[in-house]
Amino acid sequence: MKRGVRPGARMSLIAVRGMTRASSVAAAVLLAGCAAQRQPLYHWGGYQPQLYEYFKGEKGPEAQILALESEVEKARSKGLALPPGFNAHLGLLYGGVARDDQFRQQLEMEKTQFPESSAYMDFLLHKFKSGQPGK
Amino acid sequence: MRVTRCTSGLFALTLATLGAGCAVSTPKPYDYYQYKQSRPASILVLPPLNASPDVRATYSVLSQVTMPLSEAGYYVLPVALVDETFRQNGLVNPAEMHDVGLVKLREIFGADAVLYIEVKQYGTSYAVVSSETRVTAAARLVDLRSGEVLWAGEATASSAEGRGSSGGGLVGMLVEALLSQVLENVMSQGHATAGVTANRLLSAGRPNGILYGPRAPEYQKD
Repeated sequence: MKRGVRPGARMSLIAVRGMTRASSVAAAVLLAGCAAQRQPLYHWGGYQPQLYEYFKGEKGPEAQILALESEVEKARSKGLALPPGFNAHLGLLYGGVARDDQFRQQLEMEKTQFPESSAYMDFLLHKFKSGQPGK
Repeated sequence: MRVTRCTSGLFALTLATLGAGCAVSTPKPYDYYQYKQSRPASILVLPPLNASPDVRATYSVLSQVTMPLSEAGYYVLPVALVDETFRQNGLVNPAEMHDVGLVKLREIFGADAVLYIEVKQYGTSYAVVSSETRVTAAARLVDLRSGEVLWAGEATASSAEGRGSSGGGLVGMLVEALLSQVLENVMSQGHATAGVTANRLLSAGRPNGILYGPRAPEYQKD
């Protein structure tokens, strides 16, 4: 108890924050006018905000990796697919901190989930092998 | 009296315009012939050109295009990796990236189509009556195999789209969400507005918008 915030309280705070984000994402996804309002195809969570973080470059790669890894867990618990580019982007972050096996693994996962990415993923894997990592 | 009527007329017009997602009058229908011939499955989005004075515009918009296009049923190439690939090849600004030939783009990225975006407006203008943050962007989808232009469109969003004047429905919901975000943090106003613009520009199922792609259940039904 000395550390201040009770674990339970902290959890619920995170949950509330998560819900707010989820509802704004849902609103954005459903935005497609009056067209069929189906369920989103993917779990978005904080993925796009993390892309913006990457471009802004204010947060270190480790913090971004942790944020994305927690999205992987959320997607899994909801039984939803990760969106296009997610695994490849996580791979890019791993590559940036010399976690080479995970870089390769994430790019392979992107390929498996989205065969449309094969040519580009192979290009990146080949470049990586020849000594030019993702970043 | 006359003034009042005029004002309410204007108000109604604004309502109609802002509700653009729903069954309001549609402009001249877009000719989708080439699009339907091509039926791209994957889209490469290049970092947008920025005609606004705000340097954040390019990456603010780029980070928010994946969701509408993916939910429309396309595979969207990972935007940050694509940007890195250009940088590693010595191309650091969007204008240089937009100059790369289609054959080269196809060779490296293997995508079926490329999306060129230009941010025309991004930022706050201080007008006499009230200030607003507005983001306007135009996009052009080009087939990387044939070089044909498949689609072009433009969208805008404004922080001044007031509560209840957004036409209700789902667009309205998003605008409400935007407004509460704006109230929370004035600094994020441009980015939040850009998110609305990106969704209006690149969601399928909108008048004259992009068509659904192969991964959407609505594919080839539009």
